[in-house]
Amino acid sequence: MLKFISMKLGLALLVALTVSFISFILLYMAGDPAVSIAGEGATADVIAAIRQQYGFDRPLLAQYIEWLMRALSGDFGMSYYFKMPVSDMVAERLPVTITIGVLGMGFALVLAIPMGVLAAAFPNSWLDRLALGIAVVGQAIPSFWFGLILIVIFSVNLGLVPASGTRHWTGYILPMIVLGYYATPAIMRLTRAGMLEVLSADYIRTARAKGLNWRSILFKHALRNAIIPVVSLAAVQLGFMFGGSVVVETIFALHGAGFLAWESISRNDLPTMQALILIFSMFYIGFTLLADILNAWLDPRLRSG
Amino acid sequence: MSDIPMTEAAAITAPPSPARLLARKALRHRGFMLGLVVVGFITLVAVFAPFLAPHDPYKQDLLARMARPVFLGGDWKHILGTDALGRDYLSRMLYGARVSLMIGLVAAMISAVIGTTLGILGGYFGGKVDAVVMFIVSVRLALPATLVALAVVALFGGSLTVVVLVLGFLLWDRFAVVMRSATMQVRQMDYIAAAEVLGASLPRILWKDVLPNVMNALIVIITLEMAHAIILEAALSFLGLGVQPPTPSWGLMISEGKEMLLFESWLITIPGIALFILLLAINVLGDGIRDITAPEGRN
Repeated sequence: MLKFISMKLGLALLVALTVSFISFILLYMAGDPAVSIAGEGATADVIAAIRQQYGFDRPLLAQYIEWLMRALSGDFGMSYYFKMPVSDMVAERLPVTITIGVLGMGFALVLAIPMGVLAAAFPNSWLDRLALGIAVVGQAIPSFWFGLILIVIFSVNLGLVPASGTRHWTGYILPMIVLGYYATPAIMRLTRAGMLEVLSADYIRTARAKGLNWRSILFKHALRNAIIPVVSLAAVQLGFMFGGSVVVETIFALHGAGFLAWESISRNDLPTMQALILIFSMFYIGFTLLADILNAWLDPRLRSG
Repeated sequence: MSDIPMTEAAAITAPPSPARLLARKALRHRGFMLGLVVVGFITLVAVFAPFLAPHDPYKQDLLARMARPVFLGGDWKHILGTDALGRDYLSRMLYGARVSLMIGLVAAMISAVIGTTLGILGGYFGGKVDAVVMFIVSVRLALPATLVALAVVALFGGSLTVVVLVLGFLLWDRFAVVMRSATMQVRQMDYIAAAEVLGASLPRILWKDVLPNVMNALIVIITLEMAHAIILEAALSFLGLGVQPPTPSWGLMISEGKEMLLFESWLITIPGIALFILLLAINVLGDGIRDITAPEGRN
């Protein structure tokens, strides 16, 4: 187990290092950063001074290593646009993104797992079809459009929840649904497939033959075994959701890290872009690592592989 | 040897050819047929948009702004109404189908080439090659696709070419993962060992023996990733960092109609429903192909 964890940890660190290099390189694909800091109409002298001041005239690798060392200590430099330390802005915005991400995942799990279990318990029934319908629609519905439609129905026409902002807790409801529905189809399909496999196993037949309560067989004995791959999928999806929250935060005007990413990207604010791409990647890498370890702990067969 | 009745009898009892079996399964699969018909219809609309469109999709008519569609009390001159610049909505919808399908198709092709190459190499060679492939896939998955796409479009400008290339170079992960495991299975087969013993060259084995046998899985992923590329293009255009105005993209039309959300919600409903139907049809088609090409007894 310790060998497994250290191997996975080493791999995750290597992936993180590569990703950090890629997000650093992004700045260099954009052309001369000194020009974009100086702004339009700056003289060559000013640009040269900025280049020296920010250290853009040094070798790329040296700049990368310095940037990485600073990033590791939580210093992502100053935002070109907001003229504030990037880490302060991110720290202020991240809680909103984490809140809707976690709420969204909760919504997805609460919807997907019972539906997946019931769909597998009654294959080809109307419940199974409903679950399939929810999954198929969820895969095809563009989340930004779904969000707008929910705003039209629940905020504009019914006036139940605010259309934007999070001053009141009800402002989190629609973003939670939109973000959560996005993760639902995959989780539901995996739960259903896992349950179908487990339910055909011998020990389930034995349990039924012994006259055990069907509901306790489903939710206690079968689900416990079918849930293992679902746990790891959910962890990975949560990583995706943080990165994908930019769309939801923009529609509902939630001032989270995703919205900050959109603001900084549309204003060519490179240090903020770099920092956010790196941070969202780190979340994903962390969650995948967690999922791998959790999986190995729950299912010892995986440890050798 | 010229016993004609015998051969006729044999022909009757002989099992139907694989192609005919496939066709029979396809015709019986409701989802597949429905998806095929809808995707086929939208493709035809996209191809013949210049002939079908009643107006020029770019022509502004400021005197006829925000005309309502026929079903909301508008007149037949603009069947789906006009947008805030007085451009005919139906014509923009028809041309928008071109943008979506073109981006979906080309991006899926680019990512299919990248992902399939990586996946087949990893699956065939295993060991260190496979470890490298899986490492590249992990790095790609760790990068948040939406943010990276937004950033690259912001840096290089939102032309159709840039959007297609960004999506093509971002969405190959599923190809790599699926092709890798499909190739691992094919690798175990006797005909691969036979080809190796016969001294077939490596490119020949990969091209003539491996690729045809993972083709079914490949086609399924191509359809699903087409839908993925279309939905991402729409999201990028919606956020203002995808296809740029005045190009008619469904995502962009939803973004433009967003301002009028409270008063004229049909402006976002029409392109939204079109997008939803297209994505639904492509996904159902992909699932159908998977069912049909799966070996007997598997679902």
